[in-house]
Amino acid sequence: MALSAQEVERLAKLARIDLTPEELERLAPQLDLIISSVATVSEVAGEDVGVTTHAVELSNVFRDDVVGSSLSSEAALSGAPVAEDGRFRVPRILGEES
Amino acid sequence: MSEPLMDYDEAMERYDPVLGLEVHVELSTATKMFCACSNQFGDEPNTNTCPVCLGLPGALPVVNGSAVEAAIRIGLALNCQIAQWCRFARKNYFYPDMTKNFQTSQYDEPIAFDGSVEVELDGRPFAVPIERAHMEEDAGKLTHFGLSGRIQDADYSLIDYNRAGTPLIEIVTKPVFGAGADAPRVARAYVAMLRDLMKALGVSDVRMEQGSLRCDANVSLMPKGSVELGTRTETKNVNSLRSIERALTYEIRRQAAVLASGGKVRQETRHWHEEGFTSPGRSKEEAEDYRYFPEPDLPPVAPSREWVEQLRATLPEPPAERRKRLAAEWGFSALEMRDVVNADALDLVAETVEAGAGPQAARKWWMTDLARRANEAGVELAEVGVSPAQVAQLQELVEEGVVNDSLARKVLDGVVAGEGDPRQVVEARGLAVVSNDAVLEEAVEKAVAANADAAQKVRDGKQQAMGAIIGAVMRELGGKADAAKVRELIVKRL
Repeated sequence: MALSAQEVERLAKLARIDLTPEELERLAPQLDLIISSVATVSEVAGEDVGVTTHAVELSNVFRDDVVGSSLSSEAALSGAPVAEDGRFRVPRILGEES
Repeated sequence: MSEPLMDYDEAMERYDPVLGLEVHVELSTATKMFCACSNQFGDEPNTNTCPVCLGLPGALPVVNGSAVEAAIRIGLALNCQIAQWCRFARKNYFYPDMTKNFQTSQYDEPIAFDGSVEVELDGRPFAVPIERAHMEEDAGKLTHFGLSGRIQDADYSLIDYNRAGTPLIEIVTKPVFGAGADAPRVARAYVAMLRDLMKALGVSDVRMEQGSLRCDANVSLMPKGSVELGTRTETKNVNSLRSIERALTYEIRRQAAVLASGGKVRQETRHWHEEGFTSPGRSKEEAEDYRYFPEPDLPPVAPSREWVEQLRATLPEPPAERRKRLAAEWGFSALEMRDVVNADALDLVAETVEAGAGPQAARKWWMTDLARRANEAGVELAEVGVSPAQVAQLQELVEEGVVNDSLARKVLDGVVAGEGDPRQVVEARGLAVVSNDAVLEEAVEKAVAANADAAQKVRDGKQQAMGAIIGAVMRELGGKADAAKVRELIVKRL
């Protein structure tokens, strides 16, 4: 199943990436190749091969519920383009009520 | 703002409502879900953040073990299966309440699934099937600034990320059929039951007004006799038990009107307004695509069966059994118990009894005077401004003879007004009954003199004439006397 330029366009939109029609045409076959390569791996793995989630098999890595140090408000806001009143300031947001 | 609505009874004759409830419970752990920042409500903005919850590059999350434990206990209390193995997933979306551009949640592998809980309505059990309970993180808090504070008019928004990354459990029901006209009340009873259950588990503050328990209410209508599900709407922003019932009633009436006029219900998110209506939010026609995928930074959670059984042993008494036990301990009739449960007063009565009041006295205060006050103020009984301990103290004052019933109500006025505990209010407002015999006798003397006719009738054996004299004494003392004591003194005098 070949990945179409339309599908790539949709993915790009979801990821908020602007792509020109030329880029879409160029990227579609490349992404298609990646997907079909992964599909080949799935074909090789039989029923007896479990799901691999990580390179190192770990589970239940938990942290104790003990408060550690946080950033100061100044440090937290130091990377913000605009801050106001101890908070991050962002331009008007459309489309959804929080 | 209101749309056409069908009369509720007519809607119920023509359609069957089907519910779906999503409840978010904010866990009261000391730290956040994936980092060691404090999970404290109400701190100064952006003082509880770190590279992990701010989504700074390279920061790596680590799961809070206590949050997993709470999730498993909640799952068990909802009679769910606990996953042998499950993962977190990234829910990708772009919105400034999350700096990472994704929320760490669970997708097709929830930690708990396939359960069922019972709620009680009018003394009868109603089973609510549970689809899943999963772990996720909360988002930051946005405040919109502009003409009205509403997002449509906002010029800009300010963000506090203290809440970003705090642990949430989302509990989702399967479609709830068969509640009929009681559907809005079933939804309310279900959320009240969850609140009590979370409190009994000790996993959350469950303060709806602070957002630590939040409900999104889905409802659709099926024409009577049909087996095909209708199109549902999801109402958000429902922040009290009362609002859940009101919002669902509104949505049922609105959808019925749409369907009856030949229209189609749009699948959409709607917002509840306390003025009593819902308004459309974003339409779901362009369905969100969150592109969920397994979180690569977190290893799977695989609770051992031994751990699950250990946690099962820590569960509190199931709500239905607790109700049965308390009814027996308190000697309440089935009807008394039903009314207390329906009024959402069970925990309040229980706490009042624990604070020392007799069960019937506790029931009487919550179901009469306090219920009336809550009703008049349009608030939940628990938000009426009087605590169970204060009710117990008031009853103590009544039993000590310090106040009579009508003075007790004035004491409650003072407690509601924030003047302190009942004893402090009695002191400050001078509400104690007159216990000085000389003062009482003088008032009786005056009353007898002023009501000579009545006094003669009492001497002649007409006991009903006594009322006029008692009334005169009460007026003289501004109501601050024990009626029985006054009666006794009048009899002695005559």
